[in-house]
Amino acid sequence: MEYISATTDQPVEVSKILCCQCGTPIEPNPANMCVACVRTEIDITEGIPKQATIHFCRGCERYFQPPAEWVQASLESRELLSLCLKKLKGLGRVKLVDAGFVWTEPHSKRLKVKLTVQGEVLGGAVLEQVFVVEYVVAHQMCDDCHRVEAQNFWRASVQVRQKAQNKKTFYYLEQLILKHKAHDNTLGIKPNHEGLDFFYASETHARKMIDFLTTVLPVRYQHSKKLLSHDIHSNIYNYKFTFSVEIVPISKDSVVCLSKKMAGQLGGINQLCVVQRVTNSIHLIDPSSAQIAEVSGSKYWMDSFQSICNPKQLVEYIVMDIDAIRDKDRNFFPGQGQISNKHVLADVWVVRASEIGSDDAMVHTRTHIGHLLKVGDSVLGYNIQDCNVNNDHFEKLDRDKVADVILVKKHYADRSKRRAWRLKHIPRDDTSIGSANKDYAAFLDDLEEDPVLRQNINIYRDPTKQIPVDINDVEDPNEPCIRLDEMLEEMHIDEDTDMHE
Amino acid sequence: MATRVQFENNNEIGVFSKLTNAYCLVAIGGSENFYSVFEGELAETIPVVHASLAGCRIIGRMCVGNRNGLLVPSSTTDTELQHLRNSLPDSVRIQRVEERLSALGNVIACNDYVALVHPDLDRETEEILADVLKVEVFRQTVASNGLVGSYSILSNQGGLVHPHTTTQDLDELSSLLQVPLVAGTVNRGSEVVGGGMVVNDWAAFCGMDTTSTEISVVESVFKLNDATPAAIATTMRASLIDSMA
Repeated sequence: MEYISATTDQPVEVSKILCCQCGTPIEPNPANMCVACVRTEIDITEGIPKQATIHFCRGCERYFQPPAEWVQASLESRELLSLCLKKLKGLGRVKLVDAGFVWTEPHSKRLKVKLTVQGEVLGGAVLEQVFVVEYVVAHQMCDDCHRVEAQNFWRASVQVRQKAQNKKTFYYLEQLILKHKAHDNTLGIKPNHEGLDFFYASETHARKMIDFLTTVLPVRYQHSKKLLSHDIHSNIYNYKFTFSVEIVPISKDSVVCLSKKMAGQLGGINQLCVVQRVTNSIHLIDPSSAQIAEVSGSKYWMDSFQSICNPKQLVEYIVMDIDAIRDKDRNFFPGQGQISNKHVLADVWVVRASEIGSDDAMVHTRTHIGHLLKVGDSVLGYNIQDCNVNNDHFEKLDRDKVADVILVKKHYADRSKRRAWRLKHIPRDDTSIGSANKDYAAFLDDLEEDPVLRQNINIYRDPTKQIPVDINDVEDPNEPCIRLDEMLEEMHIDEDTDMHE
Repeated sequence: MATRVQFENNNEIGVFSKLTNAYCLVAIGGSENFYSVFEGELAETIPVVHASLAGCRIIGRMCVGNRNGLLVPSSTTDTELQHLRNSLPDSVRIQRVEERLSALGNVIACNDYVALVHPDLDRETEEILADVLKVEVFRQTVASNGLVGSYSILSNQGGLVHPHTTTQDLDELSSLLQVPLVAGTVNRGSEVVGGGMVVNDWAAFCGMDTTSTEISVVESVFKLNDATPAAIATTMRASLIDSMA
């Protein structure tokens, strides 16, 4: 007996009906037609254009995204696909299931997109249809390229200048710009004599840059404009704007000579001061009393002072003897400004490193960096006595009261090889202000020595260097260094890296 | 033979006409086109009568009938009833029924021997139905739908039901009715087969949209053309082989 019940395996079996058009047996559906017949009857892609045009700028290789945007997109990329789909009207009526490019010759100026859409037809039946839309890539020059072609691509420029011997302030400024992304709107950055030029497409962008500069550095600026063209009928004037920005011509570790009046205003500070750092104001310290003062930009420009020695003239000295001065031995006077409690005032006897061995070369001076020094250390300072200084205020000083030597900072061995961090750079049009010179190395040293200075900027870990883990690995434990927790990890987008590893 | 016909641009002709083996009722339309199609096909054999029920033209949905009788809803006026009595043959009993589901054509499907009725139909109506139309009555659904009159159509030869009817239901209904049944559509995929066509033992009328495939399904299930190729292969086969031997 081989009787098999037909209904046991499929208890609910809908009987087949004939397609009302072609007569093939089908499962009943809302249209009661086979899929092929529904296709011939109804075109769900009706109303979706099968051809469209997209605009492409040959100059910058960007595609036009209406209403006014130009976007970068490589061939067969996701961005380009979304751009193509946005071009198609009528996609809202159907459900887009899949889209992809059909290969076309890259130079053919044609893009083909294969779309799979689902639409509801005849009261509930869902029909899926695949079709290809062809895009013609039309050439259109974008506004930016048009500007460049017309040679008037910038409307406003900011010329930042510092009339100083060294460029440390510029390196500091570069890092500030990078941290605050202040160079976002620039069309170009050009190194120039004694500074940088920033170019902008509109005056507001330039003004934004000016605002940024005034908040981070003691600067002053002048504004000028040049009439390019004007239309008397519609009262339209076409200007180019230039902002000339001057940064204070003073950099860290220089020695400045204040006027008598200003020294009085700053709490009776000594007229000869060392510049501790330049942030949005100038921080001065008196090496003979450790008294500190802060000169804001506006105050500086009212009564400007010049540096009499700059870091190029630093000379290496060896500490022969040191004696810290206790508070009770110091003389204070009423109205005196703030005294630094991070510094230790000390009497030191030093010998110039080049003259070490001769007896009468020992010089006495007072220094504010007594906390750093011990006998035998080498220290950098200015030989004021032998300096050739042309400064009105300095000439009026009583020469007996001027110290022979002003010590500025402790000298450490060359640390550049062990430096496990690095800074980023602004991508410039050309690299004439490079990072390979002495000023830059000095700037990096300064960052290591001054935590206050580096809190304003981003420091990145150098992945090629190893951070010393054990204190024994470091040759000089007192040497200033930047800890790992102050560093940032750089973002690398490396296509070769396998994500699974 | 199945004929395509339209009532004032409407393909749902089962709504506007009622066809049995003994008479044909046709709604009163704006023009006589609809009527004349029926008359041309049927006038030689059965009376084709203009009718209205309760002043409505949707007579096909309001009444139910077969060779033996006709049931009309209680809203039918006396004049209309008198007109029907005068026009139909004496052998046809006409009866008014008090029924809550007054669209009798939608809730009852019948041929001359059996009737399928809506499960909620009144007990009394069921008795009248059995008595007047001389049918065996079954409370059933078609494709889980109580409106058996809308979703199925029967003749003494066969029947057409809603396309979603399962094979199991089809078998069950077929064994109740003792006629072959087929799931199918009329009017280019419409599943309201009762509304889309009328049929008796020798003629069928479908809406104008009905495709040739649907026509052929209708003709084969209601056995309307004896000269089908299928007939050659089945009923004539034996004699053909005999003669060739």
